[in-house]
Amino acid sequence: MTSRRFSTALIAALIAAMTSAPASSEAGDGRRSGYLFMSPQTRAMQDDDMANPGMLTVLEGAELWSRPTGPAGRSCADCHGADGSGMRGVAARYPAFDVAEGKPVDLAGRIRKCSAEHLLIEPPAFESRPLLALMTFVAHKARGTRVTTGEDPRLSRGIETGRGLWRTRFGQLELSCAQCHDDNAGRRLGSAPIPEAHPTGYPIHRLEWQTVGSLQRRIRGCLTGVRAEPFPYGADELIALELFLMDRARGMPMETPGVRP
Amino acid sequence: MSRALIHVPPRARAGEIIEIRTLVQHPMETGFRPLPEGGFVPRLILRRFECIYDGAVVFAAELHPAVAANPYIAFRLRATRSGGILFRWIDDQGAVREERAGIEVI
Repeated sequence: MTSRRFSTALIAALIAAMTSAPASSEAGDGRRSGYLFMSPQTRAMQDDDMANPGMLTVLEGAELWSRPTGPAGRSCADCHGADGSGMRGVAARYPAFDVAEGKPVDLAGRIRKCSAEHLLIEPPAFESRPLLALMTFVAHKARGTRVTTGEDPRLSRGIETGRGLWRTRFGQLELSCAQCHDDNAGRRLGSAPIPEAHPTGYPIHRLEWQTVGSLQRRIRGCLTGVRAEPFPYGADELIALELFLMDRARGMPMETPGVRP
Repeated sequence: MSRALIHVPPRARAGEIIEIRTLVQHPMETGFRPLPEGGFVPRLILRRFECIYDGAVVFAAELHPAVAANPYIAFRLRATRSGGILFRWIDDQGAVREERAGIEVI
């Protein structure tokens, strides 16, 4: 009786521990977020909004969101709501198909397009502070929602392009993304664990960068790592890779702002 | 210098030891990073952090180039009386950023 009560308590404690764990880890089907490859200290940093440096970028984005700009004196908030609550879950379906362009567009591209067409300003430069701040603010609104990118059938061609690039060997080292992140995920490259490359926490605060950065920056870093010339920011190839990766992570919860070593 | 996140418990018992956590946005540029065209990115770091409570500096820290960007400083202090707690960061150029938080001591 005592032991049964004990095991019931144990199970209850386990369930409590599982449900209180951040929604940032599992997909229930064996796919693992990069979060699970990190040290307990780095996880704690991501989990605590008071210690997660990405939250400073979210604050920065919130300020830009409602600041009137351009000749028309408009702000993002004028169309999308003052607190951005209309953006809930939006980042979880990006890159999305853009009808006017006839091709997929990622969050950075959408914000740049919106800046040019609606705010009538020069679009913020790739990887600039204002662009990253707005991306982080919008993606933070999707935190906890499940990735749905790829449900739109018009994206299938882009996904296949991305899959092709994922399997292409690049650079002097002649390595494909898949050789590390599919074939050897969970093992180590030197001292660093090789994650499964699910882009659910982007833009991430990377400790190595000492700042927030985009998925495109991360992919470009990998390309430099295999000694290939990286695709320029905003290139269709990078968007195709983003699209393929988000589709591959479909159903996993968003974690933005993620912290990664 | 821009944003800061500060955690202070809203109320505490007199004499209770409370934990304060601060995170401030700052690049903490070390001055050792080379520029592509030669020379170095000029140093710009936070030099000093102070916490002022109940009329006195209750905690202070010197910061150095090896401190990471967005310094996170957590410390404890003894709650003595209700009122404001002032946080102050001073950088290389003498720019001062101040934040305030309140606490109720019961």
